Amino acid sequence: MSTPVLSLRGVTKRFGGLVAVNAMDFDVAEREVVGLLGPNGSGKSTTLNLISGALPLTSGHVSLWGSRISGLPAQTITRKGVSRTFQLVRLLPSMNVRENVVAGAVFGHRRRWGQDAWDHADQLLDKVGLGGKGDMALGQLTYIDTKRVELARTLASDPKVLLLDEWLAGLNPTELQIGITLIKSLRDEGRTIILVEHVMDAIRSLCDRCVVMASGTKIAEGTPTQVLSDKEVIRAYLGDDDA
Amino acid sequence: MSLTATDIRNLCLASLVFAICALLPLGDQGYWLGLGVTIAMFTALATSWALFSGPTHYISLATAAFFGVGTYVTGLGIDTLPFWSLVGLAGVIGAVLAALVGLATLRLSGVYFVIFTLGLAELVRQVITWVQNNSGQKGLYVLTDLDEAGIYWWLLGLSAAVFLTGWLIGRSRLGFALRIIGDDETVAAHSGINTARAKVLLFMVPGAVAAMTGAILAPRYVYIEPSLAFAPILSFQVVIMALLGGASRLWGPVLGVIPFTFLLEAVSSNFPNQTTLVIGVAFLVIVYLLPGGFVGLMGRINRHLNTREGA
Ligand SMILES: Nc1ncnc2c1ncn2[C@@H]1O[C@H](COP(=O)(O)OP(=O)(O)OP(=O)(O)O)[C@@H](O)[C@H]1O
Ligand SMILES: [Mg+2]
Repeated sequence: MSTPVLSLRGVTKRFGGLVAVNAMDFDVAEREVVGLLGPNGSGKSTTLNLISGALPLTSGHVSLWGSRISGLPAQTITRKGVSRTFQLVRLLPSMNVRENVVAGAVFGHRRRWGQDAWDHADQLLDKVGLGGKGDMALGQLTYIDTKRVELARTLASDPKVLLLDEWLAGLNPTELQIGITLIKSLRDEGRTIILVEHVMDAIRSLCDRCVVMASGTKIAEGTPTQVLSDKEVIRAYLGDDDA
Repeated sequence: MSLTATDIRNLCLASLVFAICALLPLGDQGYWLGLGVTIAMFTALATSWALFSGPTHYISLATAAFFGVGTYVTGLGIDTLPFWSLVGLAGVIGAVLAALVGLATLRLSGVYFVIFTLGLAELVRQVITWVQNNSGQKGLYVLTDLDEAGIYWWLLGLSAAVFLTGWLIGRSRLGFALRIIGDDETVAAHSGINTARAKVLLFMVPGAVAAMTGAILAPRYVYIEPSLAFAPILSFQVVIMALLGGASRLWGPVLGVIPFTFLLEAVSSNFPNQTTLVIGVAFLVIVYLLPGGFVGLMGRINRHLNTREGA
């Protein structure tokens, strides 16, 4: 098998006495969409934080194309082509929609500046469905539109690996379909994606493979159909009483 | 990068304003020139202070430390080196000192940074006092043929350089990076910005400018000693003037410098012991009544008028 784009080995994060992520091992191949599932508080966001460099690892390591990225600061990991969204949308309040997207284009994996960056931002706004809204203030946006701005910023440096933390959460059914189509188009462009998600429809239609976590530990790995029928996964989601 | 018509108009306007200000010593050599020196000094200090503190929201109280170092550069070197080279040297020393302080503290949260910068001036002052006590020397005489008008022109030139630097930074990738850092540091790091490096680079600007200001003003004091050169009140005055005007725009701080200089002047000539009180009251007024300073106030008035027109 060729070198995986991303691989985690023994990745562990401890917050005081709490082991939020416990010896996680998994690989992500090029152009693969991997779903990271698990009940609330199982350590999914923390795992993304460890990959993106938002938090330092307690032990273990993360490699990108076979070279270690854990221990590097977030800005270096971003420049190597790993880009992310946040579970609670993070935008830049003093800037308009277009500037928010340009912010992702200037210092990242592939860099642009000046007119080039503005044009690129406008193309991305079109792509995520915000065409013509570049001059709007953030306060005028609906919830889904704020998520779109954040996704456009994430895409602005042309990342190889995308980490999406519940990007589809909180969307109504119509918006969800639009969102799923959008993420599919990102995979078709050749990006590798890790997706933290609770929405089952999205998991079934998007993910090539899933990794399921419970209490910080990996409890299952396989295709969506395999993991969603796994006994231990069902027990983790429904609680011990129902098993 | 190309200049728009607005850029060219602003540059011409700014040059014109500075040219007019440069004529002041021809009109008056006494009271008004003295005020002019104070205003030019605080314009350089407060504008450069806001270049760093405006976007990063770090409150620096290190102005007095850099200023004092600058006065000592002139004090120690005036007998051997030409004045202009001392001003340049002070700028370099100030920038290096700021870089060291920045590397040591900008990873800390804002509160620690404030305390550290306040302590810095005191630390440098104590070190110099200690050296002087051990060498038996008390202060330094700075005797030059630079008169009040010469000092004024030097400070005016420095202010112009600060404005030009601020304008160039605002158009640069560094300026854009700092706006992102000011909004959300996590997003900045995840956009590929080396946040520590950007902050340290920018902190070198007020460090250099304050040291150069001190170097230029040293001849005015004639006799310099640590308690004068490193007076902590200077740091507070700069913060208050910059915040009163508004740190979010390049031209904001000068809007605070001018009225505050007149106010302090009036108070110190009528009630010489009440200047600290005025500074304290001004601080409370800014925090409670004028968040964002005059710049913020103008923004609110503008929005108010716009909504009235729209209605
Ligand atoms: N910075 C932190 N400090 C201390 N504890 C933390 C921190 N971040 C997360 N935790 C804890 O680690 C555990 C895992 O949290 P995490 O956010 O990774 O879960 P999650 O799987 O993303 O959950 P959700 O589905 O609710 O988003 C939780 O118990 C959480 O309280
Ligand atoms: Mg989460």
